[in-house]
Amino acid sequence: MAGSASEYIQHHLQNLTYGKLPAGYERADGSVMSEAGWTMAHNAREASDMGFWAVHVDSLGWAVALGVLFLFIFRMAAKRATSGQPSGLQNFVEILIEFVDTSVKETFHGRNKVIAPLSLTIFCWVFLMNLMDLVPVDFLPQLFHLMGLEYMKVVPTTDVNVTLGMSLSVFFLIIYYSIKVKGVGGFLGELTLHPFSSDNLFLKILLVPVNFLLEGVSLLAKPISLALRLFGNLYAGELIFILIALLPFWAQWALSVPWAIFHILIITLQAFIFMMLTIVYLSMAHEDSH
Amino acid sequence: MNINLTMIGQAIAFFIFVVFCMKYVWPPIMAALQERQKKIADGLAASDRAARDLELAQEKSAQELREAKQQAAGLIEQANKRAAQIVEASKDDARKEGQKLIEQAKAEIEQERNQARDALRAEIAAIAVAGAEKILETSVDANKHSEMLDKLAAEL
Repeated sequence: MAGSASEYIQHHLQNLTYGKLPAGYERADGSVMSEAGWTMAHNAREASDMGFWAVHVDSLGWAVALGVLFLFIFRMAAKRATSGQPSGLQNFVEILIEFVDTSVKETFHGRNKVIAPLSLTIFCWVFLMNLMDLVPVDFLPQLFHLMGLEYMKVVPTTDVNVTLGMSLSVFFLIIYYSIKVKGVGGFLGELTLHPFSSDNLFLKILLVPVNFLLEGVSLLAKPISLALRLFGNLYAGELIFILIALLPFWAQWALSVPWAIFHILIITLQAFIFMMLTIVYLSMAHEDSH
Repeated sequence: MNINLTMIGQAIAFFIFVVFCMKYVWPPIMAALQERQKKIADGLAASDRAARDLELAQEKSAQELREAKQQAAGLIEQANKRAAQIVEASKDDARKEGQKLIEQAKAEIEQERNQARDALRAEIAAIAVAGAEKILETSVDANKHSEMLDKLAAEL
């Protein structure tokens, strides 16, 4: 039972991976790759041996599908948007948009056309990806197993690649706007001349490495913490759902229902936090605080 | 927890979604929202204006009513005064007419009295002459004594 339980968990945490294996690689079924090529990984070892040149088809597929769903719904509402009496869908979309717009306006005081739509996309997309966590853990993997796919991880945000992909995009935006608003010199000055500064030129130069270390760490911590917070919360949540699924079927509801209800809060909160921190970081990038 | 191309794929998808959202989702909904806000603000302003107009109209109508009442009161007063004047004037006229009639009557009476007196005087003169004739037994030449007779008549 212990072995099968850990296998069950491992299986659930394995992404469907499509990647490149080197020539001469021994596959899980004992065959050997005659030449380097792209193929679907058959087990966790193959997936990790693919290294960087691999794609988690399930994470990316669900992420894109959910993003398209979000944009489809919102585009539909946008096409029908009227200034008269709004329909149900328009009402719903408007509530979300007003909510995001208020959040952005409260935090970000500059003029930037990108931040509000960016925040809306982050909030809705991350929320939808998190929402997949509430689908019973065996439901979709089993369905895809019947269709012949070995692995299927349906919650994209439990894949650190997905959260890192988003947080690094935000990171590049932070750097882009920092340089755009403050100039290269201003940005470098912010990195090297603070928090410690001196009127003495020699001391100032001496403090540059110290400052750069401190500011560099705090700058790099932004995308890393942004990605790992979301990933960690959802990964842990998913893991607990998987553990609950190990219980006898008649006892599962006693734990899974309270956890799912609690998780409704978590997935919304995590989507909101990701959005809010993005706004805060970008507004910091726009401000000449020093 | 393998870091791999998925990250890049996700970043590309993210970029495309954000651009789509920025171009085709955010602006039309925002425009609709702002337009509705403006409509509502306009509507509220219009209703405010209408309420103010109504108040003004009410005030104006009340004032006009007051003025009309005043005017009516003035007219009635004027009419009363005029009526009193007319009555007074007609009373005056009547009094004058009466006075005139009385004076006319008096004048007529005076005239008639004078006529009667004159007639009487003439008769008295004749009677006096006749009496004197009887007394004197002679005829009195009326022509000779006419001066004396006239004097006598004047004394009567």
